[in-house]
Amino acid sequence: MSVPFLADMLRIRRLEEKCAELYGEGKIRGFLHLYIGEEAVAAGAMPALEAQDNVVATYREHGHALLRGVPMGAILAEMYGKREGCSGGRGGSMHLFDAQRRFYGGNAIVGGGLPIAVGLGLADVLAKRSRVTACFFGEGAVAEGAFHESMNLAQLWRLPVAFLCENNLYAMGTALARSESQTDLCAKAASYGTTAFKADGMDVVAVHEAAQRACAQVRAGQGPVFVEFQTYRFRAHSMFDPELYRDKAEVEQWKTRGPIHSYTARLKAKGELTEEQFLELDRAALAEVAEAVAFAEAGTWEPVAELTRHVSAA
Amino acid sequence: MTITYREALRQGLREALAGDARVFLMGEDVGKYGGTYAVSKGLLEEFGPERVRDTPLSELGFVGAGVGAALGGMRPIVEVMTVNFSLLALDQIVNNAALLRHMSGGQLSVPLVIRSCSGAGRQLAAQHSHSLEGWYAHIPGIKVLAPATVEDAHGMLGAALADPDPVIVFEYPALFETKGELSSAKVDIASSKVRRRGSKVTLITYGACLPKAMTAAEEVDGEVIDLRVLRPLDMGPVLESVRKTRRAVVVDENWRSGSLAAEVMARLMEQGFYDLDAPVARVCSEEVPVPYARHLEEAALPQPEKIVAAVKGLFA
Repeated sequence: MSVPFLADMLRIRRLEEKCAELYGEGKIRGFLHLYIGEEAVAAGAMPALEAQDNVVATYREHGHALLRGVPMGAILAEMYGKREGCSGGRGGSMHLFDAQRRFYGGNAIVGGGLPIAVGLGLADVLAKRSRVTACFFGEGAVAEGAFHESMNLAQLWRLPVAFLCENNLYAMGTALARSESQTDLCAKAASYGTTAFKADGMDVVAVHEAAQRACAQVRAGQGPVFVEFQTYRFRAHSMFDPELYRDKAEVEQWKTRGPIHSYTARLKAKGELTEEQFLELDRAALAEVAEAVAFAEAGTWEPVAELTRHVSAA
Repeated sequence: MTITYREALRQGLREALAGDARVFLMGEDVGKYGGTYAVSKGLLEEFGPERVRDTPLSELGFVGAGVGAALGGMRPIVEVMTVNFSLLALDQIVNNAALLRHMSGGQLSVPLVIRSCSGAGRQLAAQHSHSLEGWYAHIPGIKVLAPATVEDAHGMLGAALADPDPVIVFEYPALFETKGELSSAKVDIASSKVRRRGSKVTLITYGACLPKAMTAAEEVDGEVIDLRVLRPLDMGPVLESVRKTRRAVVVDENWRSGSLAAEVMARLMEQGFYDLDAPVARVCSEEVPVPYARHLEEAALPQPEKIVAAVKGLFA
């Protein structure tokens, strides 16, 4: 598993570095929320899921979509607004979808995906299917009523939902301690009787173990599990964020725990990775990005005559 | 067979649950209590707690769960006790149910049915009596239904469940005791219908105002159109009627400003202006929260005599 974790984190990192560059060139517009610094969460958690499972994510979901199997070209084409995008150019960066891979977005209302995850879990129980619904959300969502209503429903009905909270400490620019009377997120989840535990979100192996533990319990029919992944966003909230709310020193401090280089260093120290192997993975990621850019560039614009499609089925 | 509007709703639910294993009903007090207005009485015993599912008071949570269950292949019927309470779930209705098909480029379908009571007339005061159909009818991506007859109360649910997109069905407590014939004929959820023939004026209405418009029509020789489907609106029968009567009054329990009536009037201006011999008039609710005291509540709502007065105003 070791090299795939690293390869996956590099794929997300290289894709998003390119996204930032393309944003600067005006190829990508709207809001663009980068996951840089948090890649270990998606890279560790996604391999704990199986093909039939459901995934619900947030507006910072490029990495989740990619590791769920959405082709990088389709993701980038979506950000370009091209019809070859994974949402046909109707969604953009915040609304990546892939029905075939059971990737349910891409939700830009904080907490908006949690009740949907509950419903997907309920459908699986009613249809007697064995599936896990993995619901990713940020710590900002725990202030929403949707979080509390969803935790209560999922626990009350013992639904197969893994609530995977990516705590990057800031809801946009508002620090957790400035917005929550109770900053222990697991205590909130545990108050519903839900199994809740924390994991180091900067350590891809720790994330994977926690996600496996959560999914095993959910899959065994023991009801929902809540996991708090403690992580950190290295970049601005979006491309419009001057980052007035946090010290540069704090960012630098967290960067020393960067998920890619810390994991790389660990693999090298154990003799499981050479510098040449690392460079090879990085080159592969860069090549995939180059192909994705070419795919997006070659994409086409949906004719304006089709504007009113996809509002309703008829 | 003659039954009440309430019994027709229950019969529609029973047939939906019996006819498709994917259908389930959830909402506050739909099970053990039997439904706030006794619509779902007996269904828990008949179909069990998995399929007639009591929820906590979590409108946002359980409406959103309905969205998710619909995405997961089920056919959920979610009951929200009143339209006032539906405001707690507005995020899931507007930001998810109505948008997911479009945001996903047509990949996702949300075959969700939401049932909710609308309208006043039972002295339930301001937080249980409002009429917000026009708000919901504003939103692309959802269908809005207003059954006003026993036939529609019974038949619209099945049609709504067969629709691949989210449908909101407003039910009218003011009509629960009205009676009509139960028929097995399928009803459509695409058309407005003429409920009474007349020659002097077209009265356009829906929901709880239908019987009031019918009463007024007796006095003024009015033709009554029941809109039935508030989104998408079917203006065909309205325009056809106005070509004949050359006058129209819209009767709508919404508040006047920004009402559904305003939309109907705008469309009449756009599509039927040259058929009119007088400005289109409307009878809406007064711009006040619905009061508790009976005489004030009655004064706040459209009434047959207000409709008659509005019609007479067109001939003045």
